[in-house]
Amino acid sequence: MKRFIGFVKKEFMHIFRDFRTLIILFGIPAAQILIFGFAVRTDIKNAGIAVLDRSKDEISSGLISRLESSDFFILKQNLHSGNQIDSSFKAGDIKAVLIFEDDFGKRLLNEGSAHIEILADGSEPNVANLVTSYTRAIINDYMIEFNKARGSGAMVIEPEVKMYYNPNLQSQYMFVPGVITIILVLICALMTSVAITREKEFGTMEVLLVSPLKPIQIILGKVTPYFILSLIDVIVILFLSWLVFNIPIKGSLVLLMLESMLYILLGLSLGIMISTMSKTMQQAMFISLLGLMLPTIILSGFIFPVEYMPGIYKWLSLVIPPRWFITIVKDIMIKGTGFTFVWKETLILVFMTLVFITISTLKFKKRLE
Amino acid sequence: MTSEKVIEVRNLVKKFGSFVANDNLSFDVYRGEIFGFLGANGAGKTTALRILSGLSRPSSGDVKVAGYDIYRHAERVKKHIGYMCQKFSLYEDLTVAENIMLYGGIYGLPKKLIETKTTKLLESLDFTAYRKRIIGGLPLGMRQKLAFSVAILHDPDIVFLDEPTGGVDPITRRQFWEMIYKASANGITVFVTTHYMDEAEYCDRVSIMSEGRIVALDSPAGLKSKYQSRSVQDVFVKIARPSNNN
Repeated sequence: MKRFIGFVKKEFMHIFRDFRTLIILFGIPAAQILIFGFAVRTDIKNAGIAVLDRSKDEISSGLISRLESSDFFILKQNLHSGNQIDSSFKAGDIKAVLIFEDDFGKRLLNEGSAHIEILADGSEPNVANLVTSYTRAIINDYMIEFNKARGSGAMVIEPEVKMYYNPNLQSQYMFVPGVITIILVLICALMTSVAITREKEFGTMEVLLVSPLKPIQIILGKVTPYFILSLIDVIVILFLSWLVFNIPIKGSLVLLMLESMLYILLGLSLGIMISTMSKTMQQAMFISLLGLMLPTIILSGFIFPVEYMPGIYKWLSLVIPPRWFITIVKDIMIKGTGFTFVWKETLILVFMTLVFITISTLKFKKRLE
Repeated sequence: MTSEKVIEVRNLVKKFGSFVANDNLSFDVYRGEIFGFLGANGAGKTTALRILSGLSRPSSGDVKVAGYDIYRHAERVKKHIGYMCQKFSLYEDLTVAENIMLYGGIYGLPKKLIETKTTKLLESLDFTAYRKRIIGGLPLGMRQKLAFSVAILHDPDIVFLDEPTGGVDPITRRQFWEMIYKASANGITVFVTTHYMDEAEYCDRVSIMSEGRIVALDSPAGLKSKYQSRSVQDVFVKIARPSNNN
């Protein structure tokens, strides 16, 4: 054990002495979170909207002019039928359409409630969210004043929010799960595969193999620092996204950390596997970048939702570990679901980890023969 | 040099597919001797050295190193051997003292002992001023001498050197061989592969390999009288000529 600890200490020294490694470890995660975070706009001004007023009564036009007079919205179009919605969205200068039902005012007065449909452009999830919540707030204010003025019981307008395009608002806050997923692959697989092949290339691996250290100790000694530092990275990313962007973790933090550990293990075993396949650091780097980084970015669902991928890409994405991890993080962080909802994805990751470890072990044994 | 065998090899065969890298090798190495392993590139000397040091497994044959069977007691063998390969084997981004501490720790030496050994070792090499220097900044000859000292830090029974003086200037090579003599005088058996024929003259016994087989094994003087040559170089040219001319 003492031998092992000495060996782990040496690996930490390698990392802390190499400025570039440190930047990759801590600079990139922070930079990515900040870049992605700030690229997502956090307020709106003069967003174009259209109105389809099927009722055209006093109350509906009062609400419309209230919306119009706010700084947030500009009324671009008055639509006359539902058929026009599609073309006005496609024209692109509106972010939402407000649809007042037939006899809106009458229903409100007689039945105490009436419906407004807020149809927002879901292709820009963040904007869509802001538009709908601002609209709701204005409708709310309007009704409070309206009820006050009438001095009688509370009447409610029930806004019904729908998304045109992207109905589930796929990429809302998606950048946090996405960044975690990419960073962990980068650190775990790329950096460990490079760190291990470096020993091979420099000839120090042979000296280690001749020594009383067991191969398993050598490998564990190489990856333990990366395991610890990756976990710190997860914490840094979650903390930054909470601190700077107010992105909360809805589900269990413990579960999220456990799943992250599993994914880190998977990344490390992938890194070990890559190192058994490559002779030089450059090879390891190429395999990691082309074989992991690109698929992670393109096929994981981070940028392009998996649901809308053409057939073959959808199938390909099934074997990409990040795709499953991104789902897990999204479910826990954003939807706040528990283990019962992510156990399938978890099992898939466990299975993949075992496969990578088996392949690496077999390859390693073969090399000794 | 005693008659105690520290390496016993009987009928060692190593095949890579259909290629026979080691063809039925049998030899003994005695405690404290400097045993030279000569051969052209591809003659199979590195393969044999890798098997003896546990980096590779033989296809068949019996091998005992430091008294232990390499099949059944590979872990015990490892504690009793040191190794230095062609490539430089210290960590370039660690300091001299850190490298020594690391390898000492890997071989299970107590920290205090490593520290006293470090001081003694650096004094004998006249490197005391370089204790806290990063290895990467030191000249090659100095690094090789350090690497050798580190390889025998744990006082192994045998140290395996795979072309240790490749690319080193003649003066440093000379100093390096002085270190080898000193280790041998302290009872460490030195098993060394080399292409330098002048180095072969320094060995107690020399084995010459060609195409996977040992074609000669004797003391340099014995070889020279048997083949009526003036130097080991001449002996080598006479007998170690591979048929396919490489």
